[in-house]
Amino acid sequence: MITEVDILLVEDNASDAEMTIDALKSNGLANKLKHVKDGAAALDFIFAEGEYVGRNIENRPKIILLDVKMPRVNGIEVLHKIRNDDRTKNIPVVMLTSSKEDPDIKTCYELGVNSYVVKPVEFEEFQKAITALGLYWMIVNQQPK
Amino acid sequence: MQSMKPNHILLVEDNEGDIFLLKEALEERKIVNKLSIARDGLEAVDFLQMGIVAADKDLPDLILLDINLPRMNGHEVLKFIKINDHLKRIPVIILSTSSNDADIITAYNNHANCFITKPSELTDFFIMMRIIETFWFGIVRLPNESSV
Repeated sequence: MITEVDILLVEDNASDAEMTIDALKSNGLANKLKHVKDGAAALDFIFAEGEYVGRNIENRPKIILLDVKMPRVNGIEVLHKIRNDDRTKNIPVVMLTSSKEDPDIKTCYELGVNSYVVKPVEFEEFQKAITALGLYWMIVNQQPK
Repeated sequence: MQSMKPNHILLVEDNEGDIFLLKEALEERKIVNKLSIARDGLEAVDFLQMGIVAADKDLPDLILLDINLPRMNGHEVLKFIKINDHLKRIPVIILSTSSNDADIITAYNNHANCFITKPSELTDFFIMMRIIETFWFGIVRLPNESSV
């Protein structure tokens, strides 16, 4: 079982997940990346429940990349739960969405998201955006320990 | 990339050298339309309170906040911002010379959006600004861009 995770990617769209992992890998940022496919699996991983019982909850991801629209539990509900638990409330969370006109931007910032990114549609722009995001959060930003 | 540039940034910084460098990085590269500067924590709080009175129209889209400030420090300013319903959604980037774990954890507990340690070398400072610019002004959507 994976014990230490730098990046938790929560993404239900297979091609978006593949492109994100690929962009992070090509910058050496995906060595400790865990990908889960919906909000319920993300909560299980973060809170060491379900199939992740026994995982040490104190091994927190350095950053969570969270899709907004997902099956079972959506990204906003996941964000809400992370921010309302003392064990996880200060983990940096970046929302990733494919919608340009998303009414959830304000809600996410009010719930304490660290930043909110619209995934570009074009492949090259997508790669550039994920690279910028990875460099910013994994290299420049100081994470809470 | 799909983000829009922020219209208005509030820089809260007491070091004149850092103000000069940040102004140069933000204004000369035409990253922002309006840059407001507060040179201590109380001045920042007064500025934001005036923005609220003006029905939010003078509020910044993004705040760059130092920690070690005269009169009221950055942690207190951050707390003021993040418990205020008019202000809490404005992203706050902590820009400090500190890389102290206690400062970092306190900032995140008070809902800082991120924490950047200012490099002491000038070249590294400009690299840092370029990465901040690419991320925050290149790909991030800010709350005031929302149509809601």
